Amino acid sequence: MLLEYFTSLDPMSLVRALPGNVAQGLIWAVMALGVYITFRLLDFADLTVDGSLATGGAVAVMLIRGGVSPAAALVLAFIAGMLAGMVTGLLHTALGIPGILAGILTQIALYSVNLGIMGKSNQAINVDQYQLIASLRYVTGDPHTRLMFFAFLIFSILVLIALLYWFFGTELGAAVRTTGCNSNMARAQGINTNFMTVLTLMLSNGLVGLCGGIYAQYQGAADVNMGRGAIVIGLAAVIIGEVLFGKLVSGKSFTFAYTMMAVAVGAILYYTVITVVLWLKMPSDYMKLFSAVVVAAFLAVPHLKGKHQRKRYKEVAKA
Amino acid sequence: MSHMLEIKDVHKIFNAGTINQKVALNGVNLQLDEGDFVTIIGGNGAGKSTMLNAVAGVWEIDRGQIIIGGDDVTNLPEYKRAPYLGRVFQDPMNGTAATMGIDENMAIAARRGGRRTLRWGITKAEKERYYEMLKDLGLGLEDRMTSKVGLLSGGQRQAITLLMAAIQKPKLLLLDEHTAALDPKTAAKVLEISDKIIAENGLTAMMVTHNMKDAINHGNRLVMMHEGRIIYDVAGEEKKRLKVSDLLAKFEEASGGEFANDRMMFV
Ligand SMILES: Nc1ncnc2c1ncn2[C@@H]1O[C@H](COP(=O)(O)OP(=O)(O)OP(=O)(O)O)[C@@H](O)[C@H]1O
Ligand SMILES: [Mg+2]
Repeated sequence: MLLEYFTSLDPMSLVRALPGNVAQGLIWAVMALGVYITFRLLDFADLTVDGSLATGGAVAVMLIRGGVSPAAALVLAFIAGMLAGMVTGLLHTALGIPGILAGILTQIALYSVNLGIMGKSNQAINVDQYQLIASLRYVTGDPHTRLMFFAFLIFSILVLIALLYWFFGTELGAAVRTTGCNSNMARAQGINTNFMTVLTLMLSNGLVGLCGGIYAQYQGAADVNMGRGAIVIGLAAVIIGEVLFGKLVSGKSFTFAYTMMAVAVGAILYYTVITVVLWLKMPSDYMKLFSAVVVAAFLAVPHLKGKHQRKRYKEVAKA
Repeated sequence: MSHMLEIKDVHKIFNAGTINQKVALNGVNLQLDEGDFVTIIGGNGAGKSTMLNAVAGVWEIDRGQIIIGGDDVTNLPEYKRAPYLGRVFQDPMNGTAATMGIDENMAIAARRGGRRTLRWGITKAEKERYYEMLKDLGLGLEDRMTSKVGLLSGGQRQAITLLMAAIQKPKLLLLDEHTAALDPKTAAKVLEISDKIIAENGLTAMMVTHNMKDAINHGNRLVMMHEGRIIYDVAGEEKKRLKVSDLLAKFEEASGGEFANDRMMFV
């Protein structure tokens, strides 16, 4: 039986699937960076992203179908995401709704908005018809196209990380980080924490919308459900990146830049793991369950580690 | 000359209309002149922290007026009052951002009241200035400028918070039991730093303390609070002549002698 199972696994099919998944990971890294900004820097678990990802996708696809260039469509996908983030931010700061709930409300509302944008639940764009920025076709196509596409993706991510590194090093970015770290102290130092919260949610969801726009081009369609569970993927990337590379990057100069790179690598690893698991013939219906369990496990690691250390400490103290 | 701080008939009720209703400030009046350094004592729940929070604008007051340096700030939110104030809290965790460096924390404070733009968050000239300021503290922190503040001890954090409060000269320095969480030796050191910073910058300051000796030995003025009111206000020569026993008598008179299980320290 076991032998039968192993002989049925085709290593070549895994190898063939990997480039596509690395590309997918690189694209989702844009969203993971957005999640990292809110979750780690602002200390805000933002559930808007499941909706704003699809918003970015819907906006990009509809604009491209309407004749707008795929690059310009991405700018508008970014802006659409920012607007979604602004709604969550205002629900939270101006109306006093708890952060998690504010995100859920926006996410639910966006479902209708996204349907409205697309007119139906799914809209396709054909890579033969438009000069798309990203496409699965570029990965499966000739080696030169593939190489150029990967170079482009990696370069873009590095530029994005450089921009974020710069922004969070400015006076404004430092004010955002202060808000996330200690909001009482931030206010005592004259920082408008409500403004910083809204601003960060806009920036984060802008990136998520941008990711949605790229991903929709990549898969050749936008779908109203394309963002379902996105927050879990984003968190998975953040946490995998931190757990695997945290020690390596801490305490150096440019730690923050390296951490963001680790998050991007985390996104790639996430998709690689998913591919491997699917290759091992786990039914794809269980994928979300699997993702949730993985993220829960990684989130629990620091907590359990701390507990274990305290226990050890007590034992040592007793002896 | 106008006053540096005017607290006029300030009232604050927490949880109004519920079973937990608490009148925390019940008509507080206080005026400070420029350069005044007032120490504030009173039992638990007397309203000392609430008075300082009312000045800082942590929430809106129910009645009254707060005027700092001639500006009516009663309706300004907390972050807009920050330029007027330097604040140090009881919990050393509260005054700094733990995940940020010492230099970054100071840079944040240096921009209190200024616009936060897309210029780089800390300049080279600033770093040199902070180095000198930290060196002046005498705690050896100048060699750890980029260390995360979260790695520092409570006393070190309070010292940095004091520096941050003074880095942009505030009209008013608010110290709320800022040595209470420290061991006696560290507390004395932080108190010494406070005195020095207040004197060097000519600051107007309010310091809440549970230590009656400290309340007598520091500052030029002393007020005692009880049940949301100021019940005793003494300054100048009269304050200098005060003894702990005098304060004790005052306190007993006001509270009917029920100070037995109070945190107040008589040493
Ligand atoms: N945010 C708040 N919500 C509800 N009640 C509060 C709040 N802040 C203070 N109080 C209540 O107001 C009263 C005055 O509190 P305050 O903290 O000003 O006392 P204090 O004089 O600083 O006492 P302590 O010496 O214990 O610090 C207390 O009864 C307190 O429980
Ligand atoms: Mg208090």
